[in-house]
Amino acid sequence: MTSPLLEVEGLVKTFGGVTASAELSFTVLPGEVHALIGPNGAGKTTAVAQIAGELRPDAGRVLFDGRDITALPVHRRALLGLGRSFQITSVLGAFSVLDNVALAVQAHAGHSFRFLGDARRDRRLRDPARATLARLGLEDDAERPAAILSHGGRRTLELAMALAGRPRLLLLDEPMAGMGAEDSARMVEVLRALKGEVAMLLVEHDMDVVFALADRITVLDGGRVLASGAPDEVRADPRVVAAYLGEEAVA
Amino acid sequence: MASPMRRPLSVRARLGVHLAGLLVLALLPPLLTLIGEPFYVTLATRMLILALAAVSLDLILGYGGMVSFGHAAFVGVGGYVTGILAHHAFMGEPLALFGLAVPGMNEALVVWPLAMAVSALAALVIGVLSLRTGGVHFIMITLAFAQMLYFLMVSLEAYGGDDGLMLWGRNTLAGADVLGNRTLFYYLCLGLLAAVLLALRRLVDSRFGLVLQGARQNERRMRALGFPVTRYRLAAFTLAGAIAGLAGALSVNHAEFASPTLLHWTHSGELLVIVILGGMGTLVGPVLGALAFVGLEEALSGLMEHWRVVFGPLLILVVLFARSGLHGWLIGRRPMGRTRP
Repeated sequence: MTSPLLEVEGLVKTFGGVTASAELSFTVLPGEVHALIGPNGAGKTTAVAQIAGELRPDAGRVLFDGRDITALPVHRRALLGLGRSFQITSVLGAFSVLDNVALAVQAHAGHSFRFLGDARRDRRLRDPARATLARLGLEDDAERPAAILSHGGRRTLELAMALAGRPRLLLLDEPMAGMGAEDSARMVEVLRALKGEVAMLLVEHDMDVVFALADRITVLDGGRVLASGAPDEVRADPRVVAAYLGEEAVA
Repeated sequence: MASPMRRPLSVRARLGVHLAGLLVLALLPPLLTLIGEPFYVTLATRMLILALAAVSLDLILGYGGMVSFGHAAFVGVGGYVTGILAHHAFMGEPLALFGLAVPGMNEALVVWPLAMAVSALAALVIGVLSLRTGGVHFIMITLAFAQMLYFLMVSLEAYGGDDGLMLWGRNTLAGADVLGNRTLFYYLCLGLLAAVLLALRRLVDSRFGLVLQGARQNERRMRALGFPVTRYRLAAFTLAGAIAGLAGALSVNHAEFASPTLLHWTHSGELLVIVILGGMGTLVGPVLGALAFVGLEEALSGLMEHWRVVFGPLLILVVLFARSGLHGWLIGRRPMGRTRP
């Protein structure tokens, strides 16, 4: 068995009296798409925030490629290979689309205490950025300000920024949130094309998307793992049906 | 939501406008002598020095999104370094500092870099402590530190305390006592301002500059990309402090007087107003802002006693209606990388 890329071990996080993570443990293998699902308030976003480094767990560890990263700040984790897209679209609105992606390249090209030289003419940054945009079909928007892209465009840009850093694990917090059916289907295709190249931890509400992409699924409820396994196993698990999928079916 | 951006002037057109502006400033002294008003060269020099301080604030405010309400402190620190060293040079007794005997100095080529270094150090220390916070907290903590330094200067009885410190002439330049020459001093200030503008223009387009601007737009995203944002902000804050220190050294030479009011919070407020009036995140805008500020102050105070009653509302109108400042109004450009304030 291959050793996991990401290991989450016994994460505990409480906010006041609310337990967002209760002894949460799971792993993501290299190259796999691992979906994190569960009803609202199950602790999915809190789990992602602790993996990305924005929240410190009260207890437990996060290991990336065998290394304990629990105490590392967000930017250090990013440089180790954790790419991120946010639940609420998060781009640099006043910069051009290309600037956004070039900055992602720049982050991984050594320190930025370089005060001379026009960064917008630096081909070492621009060329890889253009290549990433071309891959995601955004090349025609390269020179437009990111703020005027469509919602779907900005979500794709966010993925491009995460990808430009050549991550080993993508943390995707509801990448299809707020997208129309067409954009959503396109995003699924984009992610499917990335399968195997980069591991993904996918938080998603849309069960069709989850079952289309995931190699494994972990179901959260009340901050703990309710079930974990291959899609078919999870789909058949009576506890999952009761807690989550059933609710979805009724709704 | 995103407003459609005005088409930016081409790089060439922008360069043309800036060169024309520089030409006007370069021709000012002979023109003023020609119309028999050489006194205004002194006023124009004050404007240039104020512009230098405002430009340095624009780096952290307009590009870095750091609303510092204590920028005058670094102007004052640079000014006091100049004043205190000149004082000791005149008295012929060294300055005792942490057991070291620092000789008094009057040479601009030594004193001005020293003023910049001490201001940079002050900015570094204040920055380390202030940049842990953000938003309103950052505004208040920078204000608090600046006022602390203000009261420190007031308490320096040996250097005039409340009354400030008179100088016995300006610094020497490479040993020559030439800075007393009004026109030469003007051109020196103009040259320094132009050099700083050129250097900062390159800086804001550099890798460092883009990180600084990115952090203003979306700090969380920048961290997630892998940038240790605070480090870059601190570097910019320190650099801005150094340039403000140079402005302080020039200012004290200009007035031949170092006063605690240099550090007072009202002076910090003035610098903020000048940057906003001229156009944040444009570098050239604050020069226009300083020109307008000093010009209006001069014109209105000549017209009436209570000129501030008109001055204040006028500034508010500009800030409200010319959202991108005089720069945006004149040159019609909202530069890339700037969001609505």
